[in-house]
Amino acid sequence: MTIMDTTKPIMAEAAPGVETIDARAVNRKAERQLYAGREKIYPRLAHGRFRAVKWLVMVVTLGIYYVMPWLRWHRGPSLPDQAVLFDVERGRLFFFFFEIWPQELYYVTGILVLSALGLFLVTSAAGRVWCGYTCPQTVWTDLMVAVERFWQGDRNARIRLDKEPWGPVKIFRKAMTHLSWLMIAVATGGAFVFYFRDAPTLAREFIDGSAPAIAYLFLGVFTFTTYMLGGIAREQVCIYMCPWPRIQGAMVDRHTLLVSYRPERGEPRGPLRKDIGWGGRGDCIDCKACVAVCPMGIDIRDGSQLECIQCALCIDACNDIMDRVERPRGLIAYDTIAKQEAKVRGEHEPIQLVRARTLLYAGLMLVVAAVMAFGMWSRTALQVNVLHDRGVLFVPLSDGSVRNGYTVKILNKQHEPRDFVLSLEGLPNARLTILGMESTPQPRITVPTDNLRELRVFVTVPAAGLAALRPPQTPFSIVVTDVANGSVTRRDTLFLSASTPGAR
Amino acid sequence: MTTKHVDHVTGVETTGHEWDGIRELNKPLPRWWVWTFYATIIWSIGYWVAYPAWPTLVGYTKGVLGYSQRATVTEEVATARAAQGSRREALASTPLDQIKANPDLLRFAMAGGGAAFGTNCAPCHGRSAQGFVGYPNLNDDDWLWGGKIDEIYKTIQYGVRSGHKQAQDSQMPKYGIDKLLDDKQIDDTAEYVLSLTGKATNTAAAERGKKIFAEQCVSCHAEDGKGKADLGAPNLTDAIWLYGGEKPAIVESIRTGRGGVMPAWQGRLDAVTLKALAVYVHSLGGGR
Repeated sequence: MTIMDTTKPIMAEAAPGVETIDARAVNRKAERQLYAGREKIYPRLAHGRFRAVKWLVMVVTLGIYYVMPWLRWHRGPSLPDQAVLFDVERGRLFFFFFEIWPQELYYVTGILVLSALGLFLVTSAAGRVWCGYTCPQTVWTDLMVAVERFWQGDRNARIRLDKEPWGPVKIFRKAMTHLSWLMIAVATGGAFVFYFRDAPTLAREFIDGSAPAIAYLFLGVFTFTTYMLGGIAREQVCIYMCPWPRIQGAMVDRHTLLVSYRPERGEPRGPLRKDIGWGGRGDCIDCKACVAVCPMGIDIRDGSQLECIQCALCIDACNDIMDRVERPRGLIAYDTIAKQEAKVRGEHEPIQLVRARTLLYAGLMLVVAAVMAFGMWSRTALQVNVLHDRGVLFVPLSDGSVRNGYTVKILNKQHEPRDFVLSLEGLPNARLTILGMESTPQPRITVPTDNLRELRVFVTVPAAGLAALRPPQTPFSIVVTDVANGSVTRRDTLFLSASTPGAR
Repeated sequence: MTTKHVDHVTGVETTGHEWDGIRELNKPLPRWWVWTFYATIIWSIGYWVAYPAWPTLVGYTKGVLGYSQRATVTEEVATARAAQGSRREALASTPLDQIKANPDLLRFAMAGGGAAFGTNCAPCHGRSAQGFVGYPNLNDDDWLWGGKIDEIYKTIQYGVRSGHKQAQDSQMPKYGIDKLLDDKQIDDTAEYVLSLTGKATNTAAAERGKKIFAEQCVSCHAEDGKGKADLGAPNLTDAIWLYGGEKPAIVESIRTGRGGVMPAWQGRLDAVTLKALAVYVHSLGGGR
């Protein structure tokens, strides 16, 4: 494949009626110098199917992000009614019908593992779909560029404006752009903190200035990062800061659908001359429309490259041009390397979405999802932990009986207080006492709503019962019975005693 | 005036510095790095003004914010004390036997008592109050000086044979050392003591020892051998032995009279801590 020198003198027309755009792929590897400042990119607005998809994704994702904290979900009088809330004060994570305690954070881990595998699957199937369409960096940059376009016009107008000397119009346009960016940034940071505290309350607190300092801090941090990363740094985040472009190479193979220029159809490229026509040349008229729309400042015709986020805007731009020069669409399209190579050989190779790699990722996702579903299904509204004393394994008492001490923790995840009764199973004659409640027979343990109660429990086996033990440790169960509905939770533990009676 | 030197091999400008014909390539630091560096310098100047920074001959510059780590710690300790405030008062004013009925107060006393125990009592009684030979296990229900909470409180306050006026005090005669009994008599007495828990091996000796016991021991250990808590005389009929329940240990006890010592804690620890300790020890499981 020959890549023609794109820096040669620019012709005015690439084809009759199609101008050649004076666009340089400033971020292509060959042009990028280590010791040079960033060259600004002026992405041109594309029109077409993929641009429409990107607008839609932007509206949906930003809509979810900004609106989610305001959704309500009734949980009862003592609990917050915010549908999605990372409740820092209570140490709970509320998600609609589901809520988790800090020790159940593995659900979050599971969701992250599932997301990572999903990312692998999508990447192996269709390349950097995440980067091109849904990554927050892409979505916010897209939004910031749209705002810039609104105040300063499209590509050519923005280039002209930057070259102009400073005057009232330029100051106004630039100032309004940055002001809009800042407003978006503040709204972004604001929406973020709403996930951590009741949104209407916090909004009121922001207005009268009584919000917690940490809320202002995070509002500031996210305002700054949104403004900096989305408004100013843009493509540099993807090229220099983000690790994913380096990792994704491991997920992409010859059968992955990638945004590709088809050189076998496009080359040799060059402006279309009316007098010569299409004979003996490729379909690429070198109009650089694909370079002009690229938000990353690269040339897709250089082939697959790390800088490409696969946003497919060049497909839209090229299809537009192909329509105008009356050639078939798809000079730039989603294609696989295997398919392209087959085409050069004159063969046909189908798209293989189902292959070992995608099956593996999908299978792993199923496994993780199944494990999580089982965890959620078997999750109980009551958690009982029994810990045997560590320092003193057992205490011989003066009448020859032996006592073991336990810490029993009862966690009531229900939204109403519950009464429990403790009993023993598998340890005949043994007596159970609870510290502070020694005088009450069968004391009722009340665990308040959404709370934990810790008990010191002593189990004593009388001298007469020692013969039935199996020293050094006898397994038995501590049984926690819910008084209201009789439901029973058993915890297996051990009763320790000396192998020779009287030893300590 | 300087002229630009460009290295003809790499095409990179040089700094103009030359050593024996070797020139240094001009590869400047990244701009973001340089600006960050300048920013940290400016930051440090602000820091010198705001915080303690420079040593002087007689001290150091205090900084306009008046920050001091010592003051911060003092403040935090005071805050922690204030947070305990109402509970400390409640603990001080609640009678000992009623503390355990209040779950909140019990938890507070257990935490404070546990911490104080670890610092002050663990060296002798062990980290888990399990005791050692000669140092009682506080988890069990056998008490030399009484296992009711006010008895425990008294022992902690004044100690055992501590020299304090109100200390728990008594002394068993040193039968062997002071030649009050000869070795055979001691051996007979030990056999009788063993027989109280059914461990005697020589019934004739135990029978002889019974007489000696009735003459010498019953005033403190009682006729049935169950001991007297007000005299710190241990129960000889139970399964728990402070110095060991085997014959050599019992012989040694009769010979030397034993008599452990525990310091008085009143005056060393404040009243609330002493109370918390009593609750903690009573709650280990053996409290009566």
